[in-house]
Amino acid sequence: MSVFLLRRILTLVATLFAASLIIFLVLDALPGNAAQMLMGADASPDAVRALTVKLGLDQPLTVRYLLWIKGMVSGDLGNSYVYGTPVAGLIAERLVLTIPLAIMAMAITVVLALTAGIYTAANHNKAGDVGVMSLTQVGIALPNFWFAILLILLFSVKLQLLSAGGFAGWDDGIWPGIKSLLLPAISLAVVQAAILARVTRSAVLEVLREDFVRTARAKGLGKREVLWRHVLRNAMIPVMTVMGLQFANLLAGTIVIENVFYLPGLGRLIFQSIANRDLIVVRNCVMLLAAMVVIVNFVVDVLYAFIDPRIKVANL
Amino acid sequence: MLKRLCIAAVAAAFAMAPLPGLAQSKKDSVVMGMTLEPPGLDPTNAAAAAIAEVTLYNIYETLTKINEDGSVSPLLAESWQASPDLTTYTFKLRKGVKFHNGEPFDSAAVKFSYERNAAPTSTNKDKSLYQAFESVTAPDAETVVVKLKYSEPNLPFLIGQASGSIVEPKSAPTDVTQPVGTGPYTLSAWAKGSSITLAKWPEYRNAAAIKLSKVTIRFIGDPAAQVAALLSGDVDAFPRVAAARSLAQFKADPRFTVLVGGSKAKTIVGINERKKPLDDVRVRRAILAAIDRKAMIDGAVDGFGTPIGSFYVPGSLGYVDTTGINPYDPEKAKKLLAEAGVKTPLELSLKLPPPPYARQGGEILAAQLAKIGITAKIENVEWAQWLSQVFAGNGPHNFDLTIVSHVEPFDLVKITEPDYYLGYNNEAFNALYKQIMSTPDEAGRAKLLGDAQRMLATDAVAGFLFQPQWITITSKKLKGVWKEVPQFENDFSAWSWE
Repeated sequence: MSVFLLRRILTLVATLFAASLIIFLVLDALPGNAAQMLMGADASPDAVRALTVKLGLDQPLTVRYLLWIKGMVSGDLGNSYVYGTPVAGLIAERLVLTIPLAIMAMAITVVLALTAGIYTAANHNKAGDVGVMSLTQVGIALPNFWFAILLILLFSVKLQLLSAGGFAGWDDGIWPGIKSLLLPAISLAVVQAAILARVTRSAVLEVLREDFVRTARAKGLGKREVLWRHVLRNAMIPVMTVMGLQFANLLAGTIVIENVFYLPGLGRLIFQSIANRDLIVVRNCVMLLAAMVVIVNFVVDVLYAFIDPRIKVANL
Repeated sequence: MLKRLCIAAVAAAFAMAPLPGLAQSKKDSVVMGMTLEPPGLDPTNAAAAAIAEVTLYNIYETLTKINEDGSVSPLLAESWQASPDLTTYTFKLRKGVKFHNGEPFDSAAVKFSYERNAAPTSTNKDKSLYQAFESVTAPDAETVVVKLKYSEPNLPFLIGQASGSIVEPKSAPTDVTQPVGTGPYTLSAWAKGSSITLAKWPEYRNAAAIKLSKVTIRFIGDPAAQVAALLSGDVDAFPRVAAARSLAQFKADPRFTVLVGGSKAKTIVGINERKKPLDDVRVRRAILAAIDRKAMIDGAVDGFGTPIGSFYVPGSLGYVDTTGINPYDPEKAKKLLAEAGVKTPLELSLKLPPPPYARQGGEILAAQLAKIGITAKIENVEWAQWLSQVFAGNGPHNFDLTIVSHVEPFDLVKITEPDYYLGYNNEAFNALYKQIMSTPDEAGRAKLLGDAQRMLATDAVAGFLFQPQWITITSKKLKGVWKEVPQFENDFSAWSWE
């Protein structure tokens, strides 16, 4: 196990290092200058020059890269060009929303998808299967921002039960926070659940066709018992792969939903920072996302080995 | 199973009570929506209009106050006097005023603020104005004398903008995150990316007149989300809202007041006069004659604009209607192009920044130009790119045409700057501008301003399109919200619930 883990961890570090280099170079090639952007169209050129020096943007490329790496290692990510406050704090404020939202959306996704996937596989080609599978087609086709607007129209504008957007924070307890994330989480989960349900169904169906299932049935095990005890565990590998990708996607790819519900999440921070050329924030956010994706994949890999010990052996 | 789950989820959602803090129940607090979040809270060191929208006259005050109609009245200065040649202004300051941190407000704070704006390291938006101050002197604690290097008839207006906010010397470096001013409100909380909360300052000199004890400003960028936030009652007011297409719905709804006001902004087709054949006035006149302003206003801003013929807007001193100088006439446009010896189709680049007025207006402009044989190649750019490639004084001015809205009031001076992106550089105009600035009497200035507008229109310096109008939607019971928008600000001291 330890050799397997060590190899995975080394790959992880190498990937992160390569990512940092690419992120830095690509962002540096972006046209437009932070100082000019911050000062706006009507600022005097002299003021723009003063700001360029103040932000340290007049220093050479390698110096800026090394300073960044040094800062990351020592835990000091620097100050945002735009807000003038520490980048680490800005990101932390956003993670307080983004991580719970991703977890809520993922939980709804998993519950809906596994239920639907297993139900349809068990009732293969029956009316229930066809019905639920057509629903998942609709789910995949739905643009989530449009579905979100429908939810707002119903629950906020018409019924006035939930707020149309905004994030209540966690200061007044868990409940107001969860309530303000409920509609966004549902909007995000619908599409993801539809995809995951289809993956679950085909994975389960595939395993159901295996010889050992026939053997298990032949030795007298009930249908239900075979499904829950033997089939599901074997069907979990592709399902978990997709779940890992989806979770990574939910951490970074929720910008549209964040806009619809005006939530201060990580996606919107990145989007605004790119528009403002607040590259120090973009850089660190993208680095964080790269790290999260790599780590989620790492966890999924380790879980593979846990579900199917053959993988661990093969990797030695 | 799935069905049961769905039903359970819906039932759970219905069972929930609305979020607490929805403003309509409390009558001394207000929730306002705003499109952009300010990048900091010091309007003297950054240019974003969003900073002024939060802080001006609320957290910080200026010597003078710009009113809804664009007139100027006393604020921190009780009165002022200009020398006959308009180069020296003497301000008498209000007595007994304090900053939020307890420090007294006096002439030293004014001198400090203005000199800080002019310092070499200053990043003030109007740095050039403060650098044109030859001296700021404080003969006593209640008097400030500003001596300018040239005549400036608009000084009382110019220092009433957010960039002229008076800061307290000791706390000035941390104003970005912990603003200290003399205004009726203090910063109580800032949830980055989400909202800013201002609380009434109990020690304000006129605290009894301030009706709202708490103002929450929420940042909602998406137009659909802005509309939903108003309809659901999440926000009580939304100045400069992007709701032109839902306006009928709000007008029909008895819960809302819809205000449509003028601005000092000018939306124009920028023409790069450094490039051939755009340096030929006949080609520029042809471009103007190809533009149907009415169609442009309908398409670019859903009809919310007033046509303008030069770099000046209705309601300003000496405004004259110059829209008739280069009227819409595609036939004449073709003739002008032929006269100038331009071979059609002429291909021109059209660089468009992100706002809808530019992107939608650009499509219409391209279609209108196509009719006279000019092919506009549309290129959508981000603000950062637009600023560095098109606009920046020291940049490459790499464009033929662009569409942009200039929101600064009274910025005719820009046209005289040699590195301005339009590249007009006409000695006659620059001389006329100097003459305007050194004319002390208003009637004489008004007459000269008329000449200046006619000159800009005749020379087709840019495709002057329209003065945009801003839409403000508020709860019907909220009073005191401004309709007109002479500059970007929200004066919460005037707001109250019915």
